[in-house]
Amino acid sequence: MEPKEIAERIKESFPAEVREVTDFAGQTSVIAGKDSIKAILRFLHDTPELYFDYLTDLCGVDYLGKKEPRFEVVYHLYSIRHRHFIRVRAEVPADDCSLESAVDIWAGANWHERECYDLFGIMFKGHPDMRRILMPEDWEGHPLRKDYPLKSDLGLMEWRGYTELLKTVEKNSQYEVR
Amino acid sequence: MATAQKQLKKELTINLGPQHPSTHGVLRLVLDLDGETVVKCTPHVGYLHRGTEKLGENRTYLSAMPLMDRLDYVSSMTNDVAYCLAVERLFGIAAPERAQYIRTMVSEMTRISSHILWLGTHALDIGAMTVFLYSFREREWILDLFEMLCGARLTVSYPRIGGVRNDVSQEFIDSLYKFTAEFPSRILEYETLIDQNRIWLQRTKGIGVIGAEEAINWGLSGPTLRGSGVTYDVRKHFPYDAYDKVEFDVPVGQHGDVYDRYRCRMEEMRQSNRIIRQCLEKLPRGPVMAPDAPKLTLPPKEKVLADMESMIHHFVLITKGPMTGQSGEIYSAIEAPKGELGIYFVSDGTGKPYRMRLRAPSFVHVSALPRLSEGSLVADVIANIGSVDVVLGECDR
Repeated sequence: MEPKEIAERIKESFPAEVREVTDFAGQTSVIAGKDSIKAILRFLHDTPELYFDYLTDLCGVDYLGKKEPRFEVVYHLYSIRHRHFIRVRAEVPADDCSLESAVDIWAGANWHERECYDLFGIMFKGHPDMRRILMPEDWEGHPLRKDYPLKSDLGLMEWRGYTELLKTVEKNSQYEVR
Repeated sequence: MATAQKQLKKELTINLGPQHPSTHGVLRLVLDLDGETVVKCTPHVGYLHRGTEKLGENRTYLSAMPLMDRLDYVSSMTNDVAYCLAVERLFGIAAPERAQYIRTMVSEMTRISSHILWLGTHALDIGAMTVFLYSFREREWILDLFEMLCGARLTVSYPRIGGVRNDVSQEFIDSLYKFTAEFPSRILEYETLIDQNRIWLQRTKGIGVIGAEEAINWGLSGPTLRGSGVTYDVRKHFPYDAYDKVEFDVPVGQHGDVYDRYRCRMEEMRQSNRIIRQCLEKLPRGPVMAPDAPKLTLPPKEKVLADMESMIHHFVLITKGPMTGQSGEIYSAIEAPKGELGIYFVSDGTGKPYRMRLRAPSFVHVSALPRLSEGSLVADVIANIGSVDVVLGECDR
């Protein structure tokens, strides 16, 4: 099925929830509210003619100052049986940073959602194991947010492990051959 | 006596990695054991997290390239191809035909070298040490060919946005011909070592079984998915570069166990050899860099030194990145040796990507390790780690 047809199908079934359908470079995105996203994903997975059995990717995007709501969670779905592809984007506002988990539809969503929580701070309700994954467990902040600095200038607020490392380097520098 | 029995039933938690030789990098698994059976397996990743996505968002499209080499560091060529293709698709340009063939060729060489490394280390983990020595002989050969091609062996950065860095020399073509003629007999050599080996069969057959439906549901890709009998290959489903112009088969397994995944990769090497051969035979003449995209690709050095406009293009490209003013989003995937390597770009029209997302196959494969390992023996965990073929540089990004 052509991506535009799939977008039409989603629009027909969820007329109130679909905000926008965009098209760029032959790929179609369906933008929807976060409350209905689980129902849309379930519909895409369970309808036999669509049958999106493969969750290619799931990631977050932070549109700080670019648009409202601030966050988006992007699902890339593929159907291996029917060979069609669609992108679904769920809008997530900054003041209620959570949406329903898709782990019970695709098991592979588990770690993608954990990563999304780790790097963007977006919570997934109903996720079996919502922990940080790439960053250390005691890390503060969510690095891929646009207001998170690339290079830290935190001084005393710096992560303890790093300050300890700096101290060790300083201590050892007295042995340096000059 | 009673207390002794009570102690025997107690579950034991052990820590495997992050510095264990069989974890292929810095993967840490916490295993809850009941006797020798794994009850629960919890992977911990992130030891190699370098923030590639964040770094990429703070660099221009051109200067983020070396970061890609360091994702899956045993197959940097395919990472670069994935990146270049994504940028090209985002800005609507295409590499010239000759460059497409060269990219296909080097991608398949990378696939062979990655699979050879996998074979050697996987066999070493399971206890067949000789394979390692044999396979590294051929890997060395391919790395030498890469060196001849672009000067680098591992972090190549050879494919560029809009083409490849330099044309191939006749010497390289001749040497690669020689390699493709010789290599099938080398695969046979590996197979005589382990294919019918009784210990190998017992260690791999019926271990880490995952069915087709479930493998798809977990999002597995590449040979790990095809071992379960699913014919999903990005090269066939979304052809890129010259893959629609060459003939090759997609080998699949039946049982979805460690042995079938091993068989898939062995057959894939044969197919890769076939593709390289066809690329060499069909290699068309022409430029290797897209000539019609001065705002995206660096002009040749001799032009920069002689021509004002080229110098301006060069300067702007280096300092500000491609100033196309085009905003949009693209998801572009390739079939890397490990599986589907996808890049999702959101562009806001500036020279830097607004969002760069890397869909790394190893990340997904590690997430499926508990599914494969729970209920099996500790020794089979090692076989499973090997058979899903993970590289932690890519998993942790």
